[in-house]
Amino acid sequence: MTQLQYKGTGSANGRTGSRYWRGKSAYLGVVPFLLVSGIFLLYPTWNVASGAFQDKHGKFSTSVLKEVFNSKVARHAFANSLEISAKTAIAGAILGGLFAWALVNGKPGGYFYRVAVALSSVLAQFGGVMLTFAFLATFGFNGLVANIALKVAPHSFLADSSWLYGKFGISVLYTFFQIPLMVLVFLPTLENLKPQWREASDALGGKAHEYWVRIGIPILTPSFAGAALLLFVNSFSAYATAATLINLSDFLTPLEIATALTSETGGANPAEAKSLSFFMVVVVIIAMTFYALLRKRVSRWEQRR
Amino acid sequence: MKKKLPVRIWRWTIITVVGTYLIVPLYSMYDFSTKPFGFQDKGRTFRAWKIIPGQPDLIAAISRSLITAAIVMALILFLIVPTAIWVHLKLPALRRPFELLCLLPLAIPAIVIVVGIAPLYRWISIHLTESPITLSGVYSMLILPYTYRSLSAALDAVDIHTLAEAARTLGADTRRVIFGIIMPTIKTGIVNGSFIAIALVLGEYTISNILNYKTFQVVIAQIGRTNGNVAVAVSLASILFVLVLLLLIPTKKRRSAVLDVDLV
Repeated sequence: MTQLQYKGTGSANGRTGSRYWRGKSAYLGVVPFLLVSGIFLLYPTWNVASGAFQDKHGKFSTSVLKEVFNSKVARHAFANSLEISAKTAIAGAILGGLFAWALVNGKPGGYFYRVAVALSSVLAQFGGVMLTFAFLATFGFNGLVANIALKVAPHSFLADSSWLYGKFGISVLYTFFQIPLMVLVFLPTLENLKPQWREASDALGGKAHEYWVRIGIPILTPSFAGAALLLFVNSFSAYATAATLINLSDFLTPLEIATALTSETGGANPAEAKSLSFFMVVVVIIAMTFYALLRKRVSRWEQRR
Repeated sequence: MKKKLPVRIWRWTIITVVGTYLIVPLYSMYDFSTKPFGFQDKGRTFRAWKIIPGQPDLIAAISRSLITAAIVMALILFLIVPTAIWVHLKLPALRRPFELLCLLPLAIPAIVIVVGIAPLYRWISIHLTESPITLSGVYSMLILPYTYRSLSAALDAVDIHTLAEAARTLGADTRRVIFGIIMPTIKTGIVNGSFIAIALVLGEYTISNILNYKTFQVVIAQIGRTNGNVAVAVSLASILFVLVLLLLIPTKKRRSAVLDVDLV
């Protein structure tokens, strides 16, 4: 593959005559990459996009899309997905943002800072099987907190682990990986806040809360909102955590897609999976568009590129 | 610089609250994995930790996942990075489309990619091989956005056009320019990208589970169904492993900090 990669190099060295060919043959250099991304990225994307607009016999039709759109089960799962994603994005953004602020206010590069950042990068990737285990070990049957709650307050909701398997439980789990992700995304922004602004505010007689209300928060709002959108997409796309925690196949859209795709009881329905996927992608694209718009505002002062 | 008192109070309140949320589940994993097997027993046992190496399924899955990670890293080094440099150097017209292509996986959740790619992997497992190592193809696409970001930041920080021209004037061929001159200068970006690759491959569950490949996470989930203690112990061990790995990466800033700690 690397051999192919450099087919264009000969002419780039000026050994081939024509100037026209020189420009064109450089395009050969991207062929291997196009091949791999065509197979593993563009083909599946096209497969889903086109499949969503086909009926079961492969003809063009929007019937499956309409069917899914009007299905009560699908709507319910979609609403659950949206609600949980929005809530955990907001909770994660606030808690993670505050934690990032606390880190920036400490000794940058210090021991605590380093451990906290490293831990964040681990835990942000921590969704899925392991996260489920961690929370089962904490709040599940015979878990640490559940056992303590049984002794201290036997009637509180913590003593009975059934709450873990509902919307609230899933949200608590998702927030666990949203916080560290927010720390990672938001830390650079906070570090780029210029101390001169604070000094200028102080020198002009501004109080701490005035600095935050009038300068800090307005400046940070676009990047904060952008980060929250990233978190939204993050939990909207999450599958592994929910899949290992609960067996309800129509609780969240990703679970519903997996069921439609793999159902072993003869209910496998790739067309439905593709239509559901299509709606998911639409939501993600809307969120990412807003994210891109917000980033444009941010980069004006953040001196990134 | 000494911080004001209210700032310090706020800081420690936040660190305590959020820190508790993050640490308690991790501690609970330790607690759970060292619980004695019988309900009536008291005390701690490390039996679950000790029998980890005796799980052939698990060891096989770990080595498979590590091989997959190595292949993904090779794809990054010999395909994605050279292409990114090539596009930067020679094909400015393609920069925008290339960026869009690299960011495309951000708009497509893994669960959607599975839907699209399932027929391909069905074909691969029938006609080529059933080995989970083939997943490295789709994994290398999943991490494209992250690789691209760390790469493009690194490529923008260095004037690679001047570097490339200087190298070519001195007689280097294009292969040498890319692998010998430019890639070493953006080493940090490449290293960062590679670590994301390891983390992604070891943590991936969605695609491998739905396509029925027995990767690390899928096997952990299986063990969890029969032997919770062991599964929790393995999970905690892998978290600690990655954490230590991250703390040990010798970046410039970090090396001095590590030394400071060692001397104390």
